[in-house]
Amino acid sequence: MAGDRDQTDALRQQVVQAHEGRTPLVIRGGGSKGFYGRPTDGIPLDTGGHRGVISYEPTELVLTARAGTPLAQIEALLAAQGQMLAFEPPHWGEGATLGGTVACNLSGPRRPFAGSARDYVLGCRVLNGRGEPLHFGGEVMKNVAGYDAARLMAGALGTLGVLLDVSLKVLPAPEQELTLVQACPPDQALETMNRLAGRPLPLSAAAWAEGGLHLRFSGAASAFASIREHVPGDVLTDAATFWTDLRERRLPFFADARALWRIALPPAAPQPALAGDWLIDWGGAQRWLAGDAPADQVRAAAAALGGHATLFHADASAVDFHPLADGLWALHRRLKQAFDPAGILNPGRMYAGL
Amino acid sequence: MSDRGGIGKAEMVAQLLALLPSDSVLSEPEDLHPYECDGLSAYRQQPWITVLPRTVDEVQDVMRLCHRHGVPVVARGAGTGLSGGALPHPRGLLLGLARLHGILAIDPIARTARVQPGVRNLAISEAAAPYGLYYAPDPSSQIACTIGGNVAENSGGVHCLKYGLTVHNILQIKLVTPEGELLVIGGEALDSPGYDLLALVTGSEGMLGVVVEATVRLLPRPEQAQVLLAAFDDVEKAGAAVGAVISEGIIPAGLEMMDNLAIRAAEDFAHAGYPREAAAILLCELDGTREEVAGQVTRVRQILEQGGATELRLARDEAERALFWKGRKSAFPAVGRLAPDYYCMDGTIPRRQLPLVLRRIGELSGQFDLPVANVFHAGDGNLHPLILYDANKPGELARAEAFGGKILELCVEVGGSITGEHGVGMEKIDQMCVQFGAAELTQFHAIKHAFDPQELLNPGKAVPTLHRCAEFGAMHVHGGKLPHPDLERF
Repeated sequence: MAGDRDQTDALRQQVVQAHEGRTPLVIRGGGSKGFYGRPTDGIPLDTGGHRGVISYEPTELVLTARAGTPLAQIEALLAAQGQMLAFEPPHWGEGATLGGTVACNLSGPRRPFAGSARDYVLGCRVLNGRGEPLHFGGEVMKNVAGYDAARLMAGALGTLGVLLDVSLKVLPAPEQELTLVQACPPDQALETMNRLAGRPLPLSAAAWAEGGLHLRFSGAASAFASIREHVPGDVLTDAATFWTDLRERRLPFFADARALWRIALPPAAPQPALAGDWLIDWGGAQRWLAGDAPADQVRAAAAALGGHATLFHADASAVDFHPLADGLWALHRRLKQAFDPAGILNPGRMYAGL
Repeated sequence: MSDRGGIGKAEMVAQLLALLPSDSVLSEPEDLHPYECDGLSAYRQQPWITVLPRTVDEVQDVMRLCHRHGVPVVARGAGTGLSGGALPHPRGLLLGLARLHGILAIDPIARTARVQPGVRNLAISEAAAPYGLYYAPDPSSQIACTIGGNVAENSGGVHCLKYGLTVHNILQIKLVTPEGELLVIGGEALDSPGYDLLALVTGSEGMLGVVVEATVRLLPRPEQAQVLLAAFDDVEKAGAAVGAVISEGIIPAGLEMMDNLAIRAAEDFAHAGYPREAAAILLCELDGTREEVAGQVTRVRQILEQGGATELRLARDEAERALFWKGRKSAFPAVGRLAPDYYCMDGTIPRRQLPLVLRRIGELSGQFDLPVANVFHAGDGNLHPLILYDANKPGELARAEAFGGKILELCVEVGGSITGEHGVGMEKIDQMCVQFGAAELTQFHAIKHAFDPQELLNPGKAVPTLHRCAEFGAMHVHGGKLPHPDLERF
């Protein structure tokens, strides 16, 4: 496509220079997720120009594209072949790129039933902190040669390497979808979500929002009649808008002026005793809280239930992740050292000192 | 401080006996004999000492002791691995984890099972069955292999195109570090803060830590599963039919291909009703709701007919479905009856390259004068050529290994990988030099160093030294191009 460019050499040169001068770099693709993490200072490393789909084989279920390729372009290309990114990635802004999506490991409502962005990573090329281009994984479904450094890059926020290109597994888009809504309190919604997820139904999303349990089913339309016999609820018209707005944090719930917490929990965990307004996604595994509860209290409540809490600051300026246990922190430091000895790749973006 | 290589065997045994009951420490040659090899029996080494702990505390104690004395540790589950990953170290401890075999919890609401590493893969699904749930990854050895080994190898199975590998089906592991520290990696939620260490450790072949507990996801057993068997008079037609099914938007639960030699061997062994004269057969399993399966069976039938299937059969009932699979799952032992020994390879390729790869394997079979049967996880491009040989004939093992190495290099050449699910272990360590360049291998060693700076865990496996690659590269010059031209040659 017009605008496709391979800027590996230029990016490599910048990272090598930064490594030699020990100058921190701030990696930026489309600029849609600059707020996701702690604020960092450094020289911008623009990956947005390193773009283009390198290969796409619908029958192989594999797509490889450069990190700066717009997510929207990839989704349109897949849709034209009746395929999709099954992890239903949030864009969180106009310019979302493949690289940012993978670096943040962001997944949408289909996540508990289809897997995360990380789950669909088959391989990637990255520049480590020395500016060495490294190729991990590949373009095949199964590959256990070497450590799985490709999936390690998912969610590493660019602190271990600059993503150059990523190979993803893609899947056929479902024939049809059906969304049923029933009004109920959150506790009952959690019970129903978990019960249905344990039954052989083509469930593809389960959320409690705006006072109602929303259940999405994907697959053959012929199966929907029997689903409607067993699952109560009204058919939601314009369901696609609802799920997209949920994914993009555009539902009215997210317009709250207070701080926003993303609390990841075991799906059947009860609702934490925290004040504020709630929205439940991922079949109970991802819960959003808008409120003023003190951070320590929220983190402790999440941890007590076997989960963790991420703070989205009210002014949308930054995101704070849950602190790590001591043993894991030491290991994180050593891994960072292994990939980026000069500490120049997005330093401090995930945690101070990493 | 470590005094690597310093401690004597008698002293080490005495110190272990201070930590463990006497039946947990084996040091006599006759007791060590069963631990000489894993499923790759061509590679053998008697361990220095074998320990069989019963608790996580004991594992930690043993690891602390080994760390103090700089003694290498090789972890072992059921010993079914096929790449020599559990091959003992001559001056190291073999840490057998089979006695940690408790199913600690099944949570039917959250759909998880928390198990110790020595629990057999199939035992998890059996324990979950009363709740209508099961554990999806199903390697052919599932009746014997353990979850600890599955995590170490990132095991797959015949259903992984649709349901994923081990890495996609585990939530949390507990890992004992070389220092004896216990780390919790992952969690009961769907993600955890920080780096995705769960992905990094899964498939790391016992190089980064010892898995002492796993929490796995359980899935609802599909309402219905049906299997279609299709015969073809030409392997390429069968390969094309696989692509046609997938491009129609259908993801089969399992999609397996066997070539004629494998078909005949499996049929003679399992009497599965396979057409003996077919050049290739496909087994296509479809699962889901009744309505969905009915619709997909009709469509797949049409696709396979249009693709030139000479025979098409839908398993009439559960018994016949099980029989169709029995033939496939027993393909390895069945082929094993055709010759005194067989050598199972495990390369992956982009599926479109199948005709070329099978043709080249056929040519290599002629060159090396060894027959080969091909079993293929066709849906996900994972090829298992089974090379037939006789270890008692001088030179045949070496020839089989050389043939196997060529097949793996061929997989890399067409854009695939040297191992889809069996791991690198000891077996494919030289082919790692073909798959990866010096920079990647150096990065792998740096990862290893972050977890295990003294290199006590499974030393010498999975990732070759650059020195080893230089020597290997000097032997294998392809097209006048040396791999790793940037390396010194020794």
